[in-house]
Amino acid sequence: MSPSVPAASVRARGALLVAALGALALAGCGAAPTTGPAAPTIEPAAAAAPAPQTAVVVSDPWVKAAEGGMTAVFGTVTATGSAPVTVVSAATSASPRAELHEVLGKADGTMAMQPKESGFVVDPGAPHRLAPGGDHIMIMDLAAPIRPGDRVEVTLTLGDGSTAGFSALAKETTAGEENYEHGEAAPGMSGPGGAPTGQGG
Amino acid sequence: MPAGPAASRRVLGRRGLLLGGAAALGGGAVGALGATASAEPPPAPVAAAPQGPVGADAVPFHGRHQSGITTAPVQAHAAFVALDLRPGSGADDVARLLRLLSDDAARLTAGRSPLGADDPELVALPSRLTVTFGFGPGLFDAIGRPEQCPAVVRALPAFATDRIDPRWSGGDLLLQVCSDDRLPLSYAVRRLVRDARGVATVRWTQRGFGPARGSEPAGTTPRNLFGQRDGSKNPEVGGALDDAVWVRDGPDWFVDGSMLVLRRIRMDLDVWDDLGREARELSVGRSVGSGAPVTGGTEFDEVDPTAVDGDGFAAVPPAAHALRAKARGPAERMLRRGFSYDDGPTADGAPEAGLLFAAYQADAATAFVPVQARLAESDVLNLWVTHTGSAAFAVPPGCAPGEYVGGRLLEG
Repeated sequence: MSPSVPAASVRARGALLVAALGALALAGCGAAPTTGPAAPTIEPAAAAAPAPQTAVVVSDPWVKAAEGGMTAVFGTVTATGSAPVTVVSAATSASPRAELHEVLGKADGTMAMQPKESGFVVDPGAPHRLAPGGDHIMIMDLAAPIRPGDRVEVTLTLGDGSTAGFSALAKETTAGEENYEHGEAAPGMSGPGGAPTGQGG
Repeated sequence: MPAGPAASRRVLGRRGLLLGGAAALGGGAVGALGATASAEPPPAPVAAAPQGPVGADAVPFHGRHQSGITTAPVQAHAAFVALDLRPGSGADDVARLLRLLSDDAARLTAGRSPLGADDPELVALPSRLTVTFGFGPGLFDAIGRPEQCPAVVRALPAFATDRIDPRWSGGDLLLQVCSDDRLPLSYAVRRLVRDARGVATVRWTQRGFGPARGSEPAGTTPRNLFGQRDGSKNPEVGGALDDAVWVRDGPDWFVDGSMLVLRRIRMDLDVWDDLGREARELSVGRSVGSGAPVTGGTEFDEVDPTAVDGDGFAAVPPAAHALRAKARGPAERMLRRGFSYDDGPTADGAPEAGLLFAAYQADAATAFVPVQARLAESDVLNLWVTHTGSAAFAVPPGCAPGEYVGGRLLEG
């Protein structure tokens, strides 16, 4: 497991930022206007068969369990060839809406999530980590709860128009999450209720 | 209940013990004979085991069978965690639970953090960590397939000598977590339970131990808290072991699985301490030091029930443990994979210790049950051991990467 560089840099900004981050997460993510056409919802079976030699592979994929509203997909994206690959969009089985997001530090020292219009660029030999507090795939407008142990099928569309699919396991525990998504998270909370609610985009 | 220390001062003659099958049942009279200890030579110095870091050793989680059953040598530490499904849980909840826990187990046993966790240091050295899942009757009921639960798992017979405490008994889903190092073991249990608790509660946890890895040459039978070599007559690795342990005939989801009977066996160590060595050895029929039959031979030989002493008396009591426990045929064979436990001493200084007897077998109805019925009927060792916990589980086969343990039951 490689250390999480992006997440570490976010954490280093200190607890003072945490509350603000939680609030901005809502503003930066939940209220973000839809850009472009809604990605199609894909059925689980569609991505179940491993595609042969895709331009990227995703290892350790997982999705944060959520009762509704929005959530995020994480994992490590690795280019399989010798040229950089750009992930331009993502589609999931959980919702028609998914966006590629990044977390940026703002001039006032707070953090904000926002769509990454240019996509995720994955250089050969430099796996691109999607992690809490860093780049991630945001799923909005969940049609149904994603419960721990559920699987969400994800298809990435790449710069050359090809795709790469993977299956993300839903988990409710996250290291480095801080108040990344939900400012009201209660420490020690367990069960499906620990996921954010009422944050529909 | 075991006799108190006062009873141990009652002295029986040797023949009293030899012929005392009835006493063995009641526990009212405790043999304290054997004032002359046998002249056991001190154990030979232990050959130094090859040394080197072994923390990175990993046991594959995926495979035809679950790991942690025939994994040998038995790891130094174990935690048995019994979970109960929350009321109202259904097949979908159980499938989600098993998917999560199988994924966690695959990562943890390979020395990797679970998904969403960031603790590589705590599990980087898994030290042969294994996670083994067993299904209790409540799991079959929850998924709507009660008929798939083996009858012996649903209702293990009660035995006359049982003093079963519900605190250590039953459970819908068992996690057997073993490692040579308690750090990764502790972490694994914590993360597994954390991922389970949305669907399940913890019914009980029992922790046990064996010899430290490498303390004796590979293949040496571990000692229990009586000091005995425990497991000398386990099936030999290969065909005998496979035949004893793995389910061959059964529903598809169960083939290549096993059955686990876990018994918490309290040892009355205060009384045992005050026994002479001869009594200790006659109670089992084997030398404490070498594990060899008192009738001669080596540790791996059978006790000879026909041997007589110089006076023409039976050399071994008919109710000696080794004679009563001996498998009467292949169907009675099982893999005993036990761990000692020591939760004492109590406030008044009494030991609280014994054996977590974990037996894997293809069919507990033909293995554990008849053997234990024989022991409950008559076994000298009953004077110093009491079964205080009991649980039985159907152990599904292993799974391949991308699958989860129990998938063939949930989705078959």
